[in-house]
Amino acid sequence: MEYFLQQLINGLTLGSIYGLIAIGYTMVYGIIGMINFAHGDIFMVGSFIAMMMIVALGLTASAGLAFLLLALVLVLIVAMVFASVWGWTVERLAYRPLRGSFRLAPLITAIGMSIVLQNFVQVTQGARVKPLPPIVTGGFTLVTGVNGHNAVQISTMQIVIIVTTFLLMTGFSLLISKTRLGRSQRACEQDSKMAALLGVNVDRTISLTFVMGAALAAVAGLMFLLYYGVIDFYIGFLAGVKAFTAAVLGGIGSLPGAMLGGLLIGLIETFWSGYFSVEYKDVAAFSILVIVLIFMPSGLLGRPEVEKV
Amino acid sequence: MSEAASEQPLLQVRGVQTYYGKICALRGVDVDVPRGKIVTLIGANGAGKSTLMMTICGSPKPREGRVIYNGEDITGLPTHEIMSRDIAQSPEGRRIFPRMTVLENLQMGAMASKQDTFDGDLRRIFDLFPRLKERQAQRGGTLSGGEQQMLAIGRALMSRPKLLLLDEPSLGLAPLIVKQIFNVIQELNRTDGLTVFLVEQNAFHALRLAHHAYVMVNGAITMQGTGKELLAREEVRAAYLEGGRH
Ligand SMILES: Nc1ncnc2c1ncn2[C@@H]1O[C@H](COP(=O)(O)OP(=O)(O)O)[C@@H](O)[C@H]1O
Ligand SMILES: [Mg+2]
Repeated sequence: MEYFLQQLINGLTLGSIYGLIAIGYTMVYGIIGMINFAHGDIFMVGSFIAMMMIVALGLTASAGLAFLLLALVLVLIVAMVFASVWGWTVERLAYRPLRGSFRLAPLITAIGMSIVLQNFVQVTQGARVKPLPPIVTGGFTLVTGVNGHNAVQISTMQIVIIVTTFLLMTGFSLLISKTRLGRSQRACEQDSKMAALLGVNVDRTISLTFVMGAALAAVAGLMFLLYYGVIDFYIGFLAGVKAFTAAVLGGIGSLPGAMLGGLLIGLIETFWSGYFSVEYKDVAAFSILVIVLIFMPSGLLGRPEVEKV
Repeated sequence: MSEAASEQPLLQVRGVQTYYGKICALRGVDVDVPRGKIVTLIGANGAGKSTLMMTICGSPKPREGRVIYNGEDITGLPTHEIMSRDIAQSPEGRRIFPRMTVLENLQMGAMASKQDTFDGDLRRIFDLFPRLKERQAQRGGTLSGGEQQMLAIGRALMSRPKLLLLDEPSLGLAPLIVKQIFNVIQELNRTDGLTVFLVEQNAFHALRLAHHAYVMVNGAITMQGTGKELLAREEVRAAYLEGGRH
């Protein structure tokens, strides 16, 4: 039972990070009907910018709480800005000029931009993993085990990740369902030509969708960096594939689906590693995806394709 | 607005040619829609009526010719900018956002409105179409055809347009509902002075309503006159009125 609880906490943490990245995939897919294949690298850029800022600010675990908090918020904002600019650029260069051309074309340009960015980071930052000493330390023991066995612990960083993700997802859902911008996004998703006829600037709305997805990926990037303490130029690809899987599992195009899918993939990976073997955790995640898609082709919360009007 | 501008028609379409790739859909169309009038365009399926409506709104753009609204050449402008100039369209097929509620669809209609007059405008739409008020929390995709058409018109009116473009509002609707919708259009024109450009295949009601009317065949205007004149013409009756009279 204690072991289960511990795995649950770890799984939710990982799943939160996947979920935040998955939102970017699902929103872009929702609005232009295509996968943003450069999205994983936006997460990576967010992570690297955060790393550079933290090093530049000389942040360590010994900093005072108020300073640490303020500095991390600053780091987050800068990372979000850079990631957003990159997300915007991807849309402008890889997607917009090719809108209306054959469907695979933007996919190729996006993969091209993704490779460019990976190589750029590899050349400028080096190919080796970059470590970062823990900054957010401490935690709580929920269950004290017997002789150090069966203890259940939650670290401060895990709390930060889960709470931040929860707040962001709540805020984001409200933004999509209640605000003018969110309504415009949904309108473009359902019928972009009609949205334009009502005065919506469709191009700008699509740009903003890329930017919003990128900003969330940057949050995930910073949290990933603080949680695992190592990053390299390749993390965007790996996390991207997982988050993409999460988005498909939850039902691509569905916002709650992306969140649910992210959490599920995180939990499956963690539990599989915890109870079976670490080597096959990805196989487990993908197998479940395949099984779900066989019985629910549009994902767990996805909309069946019949509703086309 | 200058003196001259207030006398010229609200909308002028001049020599417009629109292509879909190599296919020519409009072959030099001239249409005037004077202020405060209802102008009707009738024509068979595939004549190019919807293409004209969409060309006015900037999507697709004409290859030749000009569209002048309120004295301003709007030909090259992007659609969203054209639509923020007091022009609204209820397009062919209604194009209700199916997964948005009735209220959200109406909120989308207010997107281009400059002032914050939402509550008053909403009340007015609900007065015109009480059915929409009953169904405001329901998803657009679950409405009946008639309700969807009311919503499409209501949505277009939410931006407080001066010019309303209506593309086949009667398509596929029961006669009683068609009558109701045409009554609303006429009332808006009479009481608010709303200028209406109405496209119909089903011509009887549309011609009766119209101050002026055009007939389009194969992407070109072939006849025009007052609604009454066209109604009286044998070739119009034969081509567009058979079975159209309810
Ligand atoms: N998106 C399009 N692509 C290619 N051809 C089109 C398109 N839309 C309409 N057309 C063609 O243009 C002509 C005029 O169509 P349309 O304007 O819809 O006529 P109407 O509204 O009078 O029925 C038709 O021959 C139609 O097939
Ligand atoms: Mg038509």
